[in-house]
Amino acid sequence: MTEMVYGAAPRQDGDPILPRWWRTIDKWSISAILLLFAIGLLLGLAASPPLAERNGLAPFHYVERQVVFGVIAFTVMFATTMMSPQMVRRLAVIGFFLAFAALAMLPALGTDFGKGAVRWYSLGFASLQPSEFLKPVFVITVAWLMAASQEIGGPPGKSMSLALTLVIVAFLAMQPDFGQAALVLFGWGVMYFLAGAPYILIMGIAGVVVLGGMIAYENSEHFARRIDGFLTPEVEPTTQLGYATNAIREGGFFGVGVGEGQVKWSLPDAHTDFIIAVAAEEYGLILVLVIIALYAIVVVRSFMRLLAERDTFIRLAGTGLAAMLGVQALINMGVAVRLLPAKGMTLPFVSYGGSSLIATGLAAGMLLAFTRTRPQGRIGDILSTGRRR
Amino acid sequence: MSPRVPLRPLARILEARAKGENPDLIERENKHRRHEDMRDRARLRAESRLVVLAGLFALAFGAVGVKMGTIASSDPSEPRAHAAGAAIAAARADITDRNGRILATNLVTHSLYAQPPQMVDPARAAAELARIFPDLDEERLLGWFTGTRKFLWIKKRISPEQKQAVFDIGEPGLLFGPREMRLYPNGTLAAHVLGGARFGQEGVNAAEVIGVAGIEKAFDDRLRDPARAGEPLQLTIDLTVQAAVERVLAGGMTMMNAKGAAAVLMDARTGEVVSLVSLPDFDPNDRPSPLVEGNPSDSPLFNRAVQGLYELGSTFKIFAVAQALDLGLVSPETMIDTRGPLRWGKYSINDFHDYGARLSVTDVIVESSNIGTARIAMQLGAVRQRAFLEALGLTTPTGLELVEAPGAKPLVPANWSELSTMTISYGHGLSASPLHLAAAYATIVNGGTRVMPTLVRDGPIQRGPRVISPETSAIARDMLRQVVTRGTASFGEVPGYEVGGKTGTADKPKERGGGYYEDKVIATFASVFPADDPRYVLVLTLDEPVMTSGREPRRTAGWTAVPVAAEVIRRVAPLLGLKPQIEPLTPTGVTLTSN
Repeated sequence: MTEMVYGAAPRQDGDPILPRWWRTIDKWSISAILLLFAIGLLLGLAASPPLAERNGLAPFHYVERQVVFGVIAFTVMFATTMMSPQMVRRLAVIGFFLAFAALAMLPALGTDFGKGAVRWYSLGFASLQPSEFLKPVFVITVAWLMAASQEIGGPPGKSMSLALTLVIVAFLAMQPDFGQAALVLFGWGVMYFLAGAPYILIMGIAGVVVLGGMIAYENSEHFARRIDGFLTPEVEPTTQLGYATNAIREGGFFGVGVGEGQVKWSLPDAHTDFIIAVAAEEYGLILVLVIIALYAIVVVRSFMRLLAERDTFIRLAGTGLAAMLGVQALINMGVAVRLLPAKGMTLPFVSYGGSSLIATGLAAGMLLAFTRTRPQGRIGDILSTGRRR
Repeated sequence: MSPRVPLRPLARILEARAKGENPDLIERENKHRRHEDMRDRARLRAESRLVVLAGLFALAFGAVGVKMGTIASSDPSEPRAHAAGAAIAAARADITDRNGRILATNLVTHSLYAQPPQMVDPARAAAELARIFPDLDEERLLGWFTGTRKFLWIKKRISPEQKQAVFDIGEPGLLFGPREMRLYPNGTLAAHVLGGARFGQEGVNAAEVIGVAGIEKAFDDRLRDPARAGEPLQLTIDLTVQAAVERVLAGGMTMMNAKGAAAVLMDARTGEVVSLVSLPDFDPNDRPSPLVEGNPSDSPLFNRAVQGLYELGSTFKIFAVAQALDLGLVSPETMIDTRGPLRWGKYSINDFHDYGARLSVTDVIVESSNIGTARIAMQLGAVRQRAFLEALGLTTPTGLELVEAPGAKPLVPANWSELSTMTISYGHGLSASPLHLAAAYATIVNGGTRVMPTLVRDGPIQRGPRVISPETSAIARDMLRQVVTRGTASFGEVPGYEVGGKTGTADKPKERGGGYYEDKVIATFASVFPADDPRYVLVLTLDEPVMTSGREPRRTAGWTAVPVAAEVIRRVAPLLGLKPQIEPLTPTGVTLTSN
C-alpha cells in the first residue's frame, strides 16, 4: 500500500481545498492559458462570421458555440487540476482504453466530412475527434509505463510503451492523419529522452523518422502533395499558404485594423488551422508575438517546475503534456510562416473547435495538476547528498 | 554513485530476529532508501535533459517569432491588393541643365491591370475599356477576361482622366498600380543628349525605370542609386542656348535643303558641351523604335554630332598647318608651291580654283588650297602627323558621357601611307564626328592645351596636356579669323563677335564603296568666337545641303554651313553672356544747327 501512494502530496487534513489549490497551482501558466482562450474568442469574432455566412447561420454562431465549449473545457480543466496525480493517472489510463477503442472503431463508424480523411465521429450537435482525446491520456499511460519500468523489479515499460505508440501511429496513419501520428511519436520520444534514452538511440530514432517520412512521401498521394507544396520556393498566391503569407505581410507590425482583414474571406480554415494568419492580419505582429510568448510561458514554466519533481511518473507525464501542447502550437504557427510543411493542426485554445477545445482543456488540466507545488523532500536532499540547492 | 546497498541487509535482519523484532520493517526501510537513491539519480539526470528541452522549445518559439517578423516587415508583392497610399519614392534622380533647369524628371501616373477572376461583368468591362482606349480591341479583351488568365496588364501608363473613366466602370477586377514615369518636359529639346528611358521590371506597386540611350543609359546606375536620388545630375548643357541652336539649325537645314544637320557648341577651355544638336530629332517621352531596314544613320535616333563619322574636309587643314608651325617647319609667310595638279602615283590632287604658283601658308588656309596643305603635310610625314592627330584626340572615341560615344571610333586608314598623309591633311581618308572636330579645334585655339569633351558638371576641370605652343595657337587663331574676313567663310562675319573658322566641304563616299558622289557633300564650318580671346567653339555640319537660289546649285560650306553658323552665333553669343566688341564711335565735333 505504501508503495502505491509514495511520493504523492501527503494528505493534510484540515487544509481547505481551494486555498491549497491557489497556493500550489502554477498561476503563470493558468493565466496564460486563460489569456490564450480569450484571444481565441476575440479572433473568433473576426474569423468565424464568413464561415457562418457560408453556412447560413447567425454571424457569431461559432463564437457562441466556442463560449459554450469553453465553459465545458474550463470546467474539465479546473476539475482536473484539483485531482491528485494518482487520480489523474487512474482516470487517464481508463480514458486511454476508451479513446483507443474509439480510434480503432473509426474506420467502421467514423465520417470524413468530405475532407478526405476519416477522423471524426458525428454526434449530430457536434463532432468528436478521438485522436484529440487520445493524445493526453496516451501521454499519461506511456509515462506510467516508463515510470514503472524504472522501479525495482518493474515491467519492461519502455518497450511496452513503444509497442503501444507504434500501434496508435499505425491507426492514425491509416486515417490518414500524419500530423497527429507525428505528434504522438514526438510525445513518446520526448518522454523516452527524459527517461534516460541514450543519445545515440535518439539519433537513430530521428533517422527512422526521416526514413518513415520518405516512405510516406513515396506511398501517400495526400502526404506527397503537401510536402511538394512546401518544397517549391514560390508561394502560389492562391493556395492557403499564399493567402496566409500575404495576410501576415498585409498586417505588418500593427495590423490593418479590427475587422478589416481580408484573409478570413479567402481561407476556408481561417477559424482553425490558419487562425494565426487572421491574428497577424488584423492585429499585426504584436498580437502574434504575444500569442507565441504565452505558449512559451506555459511550456517553459512547466518544464522549470518539473525540474524539482522527484516523482518519475509526474515528471514524465508533465513533460510529455507540455511538450505536446507546445509542439502543436509550434506546428500550427510554423505552417503559416512556411517553416514547416502544411499540416492540419489546430492552435490549442485559440482555434475554433469543440472537441479539440475540451481535449486541450483536459490536457492542460492534467499538466497543471502535475505542476502543482508538492513537497519534494528538499531537506532530505541536502542531508543525503550534501548538495546545496 | 553511492555504494551498492544489499537487497536484504542480512546482518541487521538477523540482529532484529535475535531481539524478537519484525525484520520486515528493516527490509522495507532498506528498500525505501534504495528507492530514494534511485529517484534522486534519475532526477539529476532528468534535470539536464529538461533544461535542454526547455531550451529547444524556447529556440523553436523564437524561430517562429522571427519568421513572423520577417514576413510582417516585408512588402506585400502579390498582385492581389495593395495597401492604400503606399508612397513610391522618386527613385530616379532628375537631370538638370547647367543652371539647374529641369531636363528630365519623374511623374507619378498609374498603370491599369486586370484580374479576370475578380471580374463581375467581363463583357461590360471589355466594351467600356474599348470605348475609353480606342486602340484596345474589345474582342481580344473579352477573350482575356473570360479565359484562364489570372492577371494581365492592360495599359502601362494612363492619364488621370483615363483613370477616372476606368474607375467609373465600377469593375472590381480592373485595378490600378502607381507608376513612376520619366518625363522630359522640354519635349524634343536635347533629345539625343538625354536619350530616353523605359520600364524595366514591373510590379503592381512600382516599376523600374531604366535608361535606354544617351546620358540616361550612361549614368543609369548613378541615376537609380537610391542614396543619390535627391541629388540631380547636372549637365553642361544650357537649356536656352540649346533651344536657340536647335531652332536656328532646323531653319538652316530647311533653307539649305539638307537631310540632316548637327551642331556642337563647346567651351573652348574646359571642353564643356553647352549645346549638342542632331537633326532630325525625336521626342524622348515617346521614343520611336529603331529602323529595321535601311541605313540606321537615317533614323532620328541617330546622333549625328556624336555617332556620325564623316570626312570633314578642309576643316582639317588647320591641323597640318598648326603642326608645321609648331615644329618650326614653316612660318605664316613661307611660300608654298601650289601648282596643280599634284600627282602621287596614279592619284592627283586638285584645288577648287587655281590659286597660281605659290601661296603663303596663311593664304593656303584662307584660300583653302588642297595642294598647299598636302605639300606641308609631306614635310611632316606620316608618323608625326599621326602622333599629332592622336594628341588632338582625333583617332580615339571622345569619351563624352553618352552611351553612344564609345562606339564612335574615328575611321583611320589601316596603312597610314604617304598618300594618306596628304589626303588626311585636307580632311579625306579620316572620318571623325563633329564632336571630335570641336574638341580638336578647342585644343588648337585655346592656347594649345588638350580638351576632353564633357557633358557633366562635376567639379573644376583640369587643363589637359599641352599639344601646341600658345604662340602657334595665336597664329592659328589669326589665320582662322582671316578665313572669315577675307576667305572662304566671308558669310560668317558676325559684327562684334570676331568669328574665326574654317570651312570644309567633303564629297560623300558612296555607301557601297567605289568612290565619291558628285553631288552629295558634307558641309562643315568649324568656328571659334571671339577669335582674339576664344571662349567657344562651334562646329556645324549640314548633310547634303544644296543652295538652289543661285543660277547653279551651290553646295560648298561657305554658302551653306557658314551662314547658318553665323546666325547661330548671332543668336547664342548674347545668351552666353558675351559682350559685342563695338568699335568706338569716332568722336565728332558738336555741330550746332540752326535754321
